[in-house]
Amino acid sequence: MAKSAWPEANRRKQIGARIARHDGPPKATGAARYAYDMNPKGMLFAKMLQCPHGHAKVISVDASAAEAMPGVAMVLVEKDKDGEFPATTFDGAIIATVAATTEEIAEEALSAIEVEYEMREVITNDREHGLVSGRAAETGDAATVMDGAEVVSEGYYGLPTITHCCLESHGQVCEFRDGELYIWPSTQNVSGYAGSVRTAADLPNEKIHVDVQYMGGGFGSKFTAGPWGTACVEIAKATGKPVKLMLDRAQELKSAGHRPSNFGTVKIGLKKDGTITGFHSDVWGTNGQGRFAQRAMPYCLKEIPNIYTRSQGIVTNRGSVQAWRAPNHPQAAYLTMSALEDAAAKIGMDALEFLKKNLVFGDVDRKDYWAEELDIAAEMIGYASKAHPRGDKTPGNIKRGIGISFHLWGGKGGASACDLTINPTGTVGAKIGSQDLGVGTRTCIAQVAAETLGIPIDMITVEIGRNSYPASGASGGSTTIGGISTSTRDAATKALNVIMANVAPGLNVAPDKLEAWDGRIQEIGNPSNGLSWQDACKSLGQMALTKQGSNPTEDGTELTTADVGGVQMAEVSVDIETGIVTMENFVAVQDIGLIINEKLAESQVHGAMIMGVTWALYEECVYDATTGKMLNPDMEFYQLATLGDIGNFQVKLMDGEKYQSRGVIGIGEPPAISPGAAIGNAVANAIGVRVPELPLTPDRVLQALNEGGMV
Amino acid sequence: MSGKTHVQTTINGEHTDFLCEPRQSLLEVLRDVVGLTGTKEGCNDGNCGACTVILDGRIVTACLVLGVEAEGAEITTIEGIASGGILHPIQQAFLENAALQCGVCTPGFILASKALLDENPNPTEHEIRFWLANNLCRCTGYDKIVRAVLDAAATMQEV
Ligand code: FES
Ligand code: FES
Repeated sequence: MAKSAWPEANRRKQIGARIARHDGPPKATGAARYAYDMNPKGMLFAKMLQCPHGHAKVISVDASAAEAMPGVAMVLVEKDKDGEFPATTFDGAIIATVAATTEEIAEEALSAIEVEYEMREVITNDREHGLVSGRAAETGDAATVMDGAEVVSEGYYGLPTITHCCLESHGQVCEFRDGELYIWPSTQNVSGYAGSVRTAADLPNEKIHVDVQYMGGGFGSKFTAGPWGTACVEIAKATGKPVKLMLDRAQELKSAGHRPSNFGTVKIGLKKDGTITGFHSDVWGTNGQGRFAQRAMPYCLKEIPNIYTRSQGIVTNRGSVQAWRAPNHPQAAYLTMSALEDAAAKIGMDALEFLKKNLVFGDVDRKDYWAEELDIAAEMIGYASKAHPRGDKTPGNIKRGIGISFHLWGGKGGASACDLTINPTGTVGAKIGSQDLGVGTRTCIAQVAAETLGIPIDMITVEIGRNSYPASGASGGSTTIGGISTSTRDAATKALNVIMANVAPGLNVAPDKLEAWDGRIQEIGNPSNGLSWQDACKSLGQMALTKQGSNPTEDGTELTTADVGGVQMAEVSVDIETGIVTMENFVAVQDIGLIINEKLAESQVHGAMIMGVTWALYEECVYDATTGKMLNPDMEFYQLATLGDIGNFQVKLMDGEKYQSRGVIGIGEPPAISPGAAIGNAVANAIGVRVPELPLTPDRVLQALNEGGMV
Repeated sequence: MSGKTHVQTTINGEHTDFLCEPRQSLLEVLRDVVGLTGTKEGCNDGNCGACTVILDGRIVTACLVLGVEAEGAEITTIEGIASGGILHPIQQAFLENAALQCGVCTPGFILASKALLDENPNPTEHEIRFWLANNLCRCTGYDKIVRAVLDAAATMQEV
């Protein structure tokens, strides 16, 4: 019997290989069809009218002029379940949706809708502690937490709300046919999506057919249909026509998800030799109207002997929050790692030495990894020759500095099922109700199936993206790769065992003495006693063989685990006359267990680092305090890093038996955690003062220099 | 509602006529009228580069060009880059260098890179970064895109 455990390193050809993505050609030729690209015949274009005020009550909506316009099929006015207009608590709340035969008519109809608002008090300021308070969470004893400290370092740090800004906005196309719903959404949750439109469709899940072959980024914001998705379904149901509703860029930035802000003071108690004795944090921030919890403090160093934390939400008229790549971790990392380097600077100790000394307080599962990774990252960035005490003393206005951060994440595979079919000709199909956010899901499934069956990867056809396939969890928490690789391995192993049982008698050996290798089924240790894969598959006769595999596996074999760590170091230069921060070098060292595809894994780390440069230096949702309007809902003023802004990147994925034996672990989120902290620390190291709040825009840098008396 | 205008163009080497309203952008025309959905929309206001096409030899953001302005123009979209099922060296280099993830920005990057290499077959890394700075990507890693364009330039010089 073949076993589902991962093969030994010398028995791997596909797993760990640097294979180009299978979804590449359709994407690079324009053939890939995303939700936005679906244009079923007779389709209506739907557009939404959003509340332009930060906080208001809708008194009346008059859509009669819009409804009367030629080409307008329907106007759907938002009502809550009691039939009342819902309260609008942020700039971008939906008031009504119009569907018309062209986009232009839909837009004209929107402007013909008359809405009467009653203004309410607006609060967008989330920087002031205790402004408007949600429930506070508290741990430890504030009064005694600094007892025994010889030095206390204290600082204020913060990061504003940002958005996901997926290049493909949220939305979908849908159509009712013969009483069933066909839907092409942009989602990271193929198998679970039907649940969020079931009520609007008034259909059971099995009559809702979800199809997502390609999607343009989610980063945590595309798990459910959202109010626009349900409006789209309601209109399709009422009109009997296909409907497309995609958010425009302004709507996307205002209403499709934010990452919560975090601001706070952090105190670190120390011995003069650099040993941490206590940690005190008081953090607040906003989730818009939602609940706020920053429970990840102190980040990574959970075993500090004396800890006090407090976190409190501020309810504001800002857009609602959606999970943002590694929820809460980037903020906690920024607040903690900034405070740690400030503490090191306060006692005049080298930051790297200080962090290594205090790794004794690190999370037990990862502190050894961090120690190793800190050394590797230091080597890669040239720490020994470049590091200097805080404040670059080189003459002139360009100052260089290095900053460090480290992080942790889970990443164990989520629930997944795979149907693997072996055809009598030897070709193989794998079906999973998972999705490819751009990470290379299809390619990884093909690699695992090919490896397990010992055949070339081009014999495998992979189908994903439909909820008619075996259910697989949403892509969140970096759970996809562990889930799909396990279910594929499990299914392929089960199917292989049938083939082996079929051919074993003819080879005169027990099935458990057989292996699948090099396109053959052969006796272990006696490869000449065997037959080609194709011949072996003929044993199936006329019928294809399908087996289902799953994560978790039925027999309890663990092919995926959790708990990764990573280290990042950034080197920046700062012009102290203009305040402009330039990325020079950025190094990421990351452990991820058994790597399925090194090229794609590396690409994930790169993407995370760029996102990190972006939120460290540029990104911020800016709101007007009086009206509550978001002032930068476009890609001109909601700035993303460009190709010219990122400097040089180096990525090191930890590999070797020690890591591989942990099984497969997800990689999407962990490298997105540390960038802000590493870059912020690099800037402090360069200019000699802390710039407390991200993004590190020129005005903030200059202000910090002025206040710190540096210029 | 205004009437429609008859526009004659050459798209990817083929003579293409279409009817469009004067207010429709070239992006909308390509995607919804001509049915070439490979050209993507990221922002619809000229800031992301996802809709980049080559119009009479120059790169333009199709969201900022009106359909009627394309009268008499030669347009290349992503659908016209590969020929006869063979990927263009730039497309090949994007695949090999893992220079794409979700792929929404990719058509724009490939068109912009093609226009660069048509004009400057041997660009420096700095020139590539400068030229492509109008194209935004949220997922991938710009670094990989720079490597891809350098590789493509090298391959194209060999041929
Ligand atoms: S869609 Fe044209 S530049 Fe963004
Ligand atoms: S690959 Fe997704 S935006 Fe570039």
